[in-house]
Amino acid sequence: MIQKELRAVILIELLLPLALTLFGVYHGVLQVLYRAGVIQDLSFLGIGYYQGLTAHGVINAIVLTTFFAVAFGNAVVSQCLEGGVSAPAARIGLALMVVGTLVAAWPIFAGKADVLYTFYAPLKAHPLFYVGVVLLVVGSWVSFWAWIPGYRRWRKNHPGQKTPLAAVGIFATFIIWQICTLPVAYEVIVQLIPWSLGWTPGVNVVLSRLLFWFFGHPLVYFWLLPIYVMYYVTLPALAGGKLYSDFYGRLAFMAFIVLSAPLGLHHQFTEPAVSSGYKFLHAALTFLVAVPSLATAFTVAASLEHGARQQGGKGLFAWWGKLPHFDSRRWLFPYLFMGLVIFILGGLTGLINASYGMNAVVHNTSWIPAHFHLTVAGPIFLGILGMSLYLSLGLLGKECAAPRTALLVPYVWTAGVFIFSAGLFYGGLRGVPRRTNLGMSFLDPTSDAYRPDWVIGEAAAAVGGCLMGLAVALFFYVLVRSLFGARSQQAADSFAIPMAAAYHDEDVPAVRNFAPWVVAGVIAILISYVPPLVQVLGANYPLASG
Amino acid sequence: MQTAPGTPDVEQRILVASLLFAAAMVALIGYAALRLGISVPGCVTNVKPFATGELIEIAPGRYEAHVVSKMWVFKPSPLKVPKGAVVDFYLTSADIVHGFYIDGTDVNLTAIPNAVTYTQARFTKPGKYPILCHEYCGSGHHEMYGQIEVTP
Repeated sequence: MIQKELRAVILIELLLPLALTLFGVYHGVLQVLYRAGVIQDLSFLGIGYYQGLTAHGVINAIVLTTFFAVAFGNAVVSQCLEGGVSAPAARIGLALMVVGTLVAAWPIFAGKADVLYTFYAPLKAHPLFYVGVVLLVVGSWVSFWAWIPGYRRWRKNHPGQKTPLAAVGIFATFIIWQICTLPVAYEVIVQLIPWSLGWTPGVNVVLSRLLFWFFGHPLVYFWLLPIYVMYYVTLPALAGGKLYSDFYGRLAFMAFIVLSAPLGLHHQFTEPAVSSGYKFLHAALTFLVAVPSLATAFTVAASLEHGARQQGGKGLFAWWGKLPHFDSRRWLFPYLFMGLVIFILGGLTGLINASYGMNAVVHNTSWIPAHFHLTVAGPIFLGILGMSLYLSLGLLGKECAAPRTALLVPYVWTAGVFIFSAGLFYGGLRGVPRRTNLGMSFLDPTSDAYRPDWVIGEAAAAVGGCLMGLAVALFFYVLVRSLFGARSQQAADSFAIPMAAAYHDEDVPAVRNFAPWVVAGVIAILISYVPPLVQVLGANYPLASG
Repeated sequence: MQTAPGTPDVEQRILVASLLFAAAMVALIGYAALRLGISVPGCVTNVKPFATGELIEIAPGRYEAHVVSKMWVFKPSPLKVPKGAVVDFYLTSADIVHGFYIDGTDVNLTAIPNAVTYTQARFTKPGKYPILCHEYCGSGHHEMYGQIEVTP
């Protein structure tokens, strides 16, 4: 049972960022139109291209994902650990996140922070942009800390019992988050804010990039692991079956604690200051972190098969038909299932990007957003949409007012994101740059830089992007209609996130505790990051002021 | 359906297969890097950042290109080299971070102020190759491009 005093906290954490996401998605649609040359301008309706691109990234990839991880974490920890969340601390965390978001929103919408969500120095934003981001992150830390006493209490009261898998997944998510945000906090607080205020003359750019990418890749596991929790516990329940193996779920989460951080240099292959040997080490470790994802793909598929066979599914593949793909009473299912389908391509293209020398073919081309829209705008965004709708209606005791439309959303989105990414993959291999207002130069037939060979890829991306926009519009239609529906106190009181039992319910001591895995993770970080850090600091680059 | 005892063998096999897959991929990348020379830009600290861009012919068919990127141009541009030329690219930035991507080649670098990025390329096919800034660098980013012309 989710604690009653947390309901309002969780609802705000779900609905506030979703409201902002309306703008984030609006500007996603605008971007594909700019890039295809449909809008040939520096700005549209008062929002600049790069200003909107900043808002699109910050809202969709930082604000929405962080709020959702905290909201879902609050719900899971509260439900699994029997009231394990300190409500006052959760409220403080929420307040910090809301204030941080508003503080960062002002410079973005005032056009004083056109630095994108990567905020690469020495591009300079208004100091409040950095302050807001810090407050948002600190708020998420406080929300995490609000679970720790409850976790300890639960362990003490349940000696010899395994911590519920969903809670393990959520704690793994936030352990990774806690570790990876420390260097970027150093970058923002020590390097960027004083420089942005004019107190220091410049920034050690190479160091700032090393610190940023220490954060930038584990960030994607912070986005992804709450979705993995849904795949492991909720999806098998929706399919009418059990989780195939409890141990492999735990092992995957523990492996991510160890492996998610020591590989950030694969974002920095094209940069100076770090030797090729360490770049190679990080490339190799990136392949190692694919292993828990491959194991997850198997376990989740096996769980789905188990569920389908319980419902009478037969044959080698025919059991797929017994999954509730089109059952509007279980409209949450395709949000998770289609996310998995999208992630097959998202994961594989990620391995291509990490492939060391091959990265030179795709680095910073439109291939990269094609890839990460199949991850963050695939399983992650669909999981967030579906679970936000499910959780907020459940906590309010309301019914989904348009279940068939709700069921349609993930399919429209999947069609859209596949067409969008196909266009950007195609263009990326032909040199189309990412993060670029193409309609003002390369896709302007009157420009001397015009590239007719880039038109078709961007046209496909525009069609796909508009379909994605349509899917989100349908989603908000369902959400708003449902929120205005009748409320049942009884339904709200009995609401719980669906969680499947395990089919193979092994008890393996090695995955009982986080501590050894955290220690292993810290050692892996020291091995992979201390020498590059020494190289960067030893090169003694002069500060850059921008 | 009751709970099944023990750890499923099939998952162990999947885990081993995944590890072997990862190892095989890493081995192939290592082979490409060490034997075929398909690598990434390394650490260059013996070249001081420079303020002016120039193309220097250091020997017949051997060139050094010192490229300065700044909002929103590459200097020098266009670069002219003959077919078959081997060019050492040294890249820096005079202001913020820029990208340096020679379309149709594997030259893909990041320009960082006060630091130098290096790579080498051989141009075997004559033609005009666009040089693109593919890292966001402010309001004129989409106008930042140059050219390298390989003469027959």
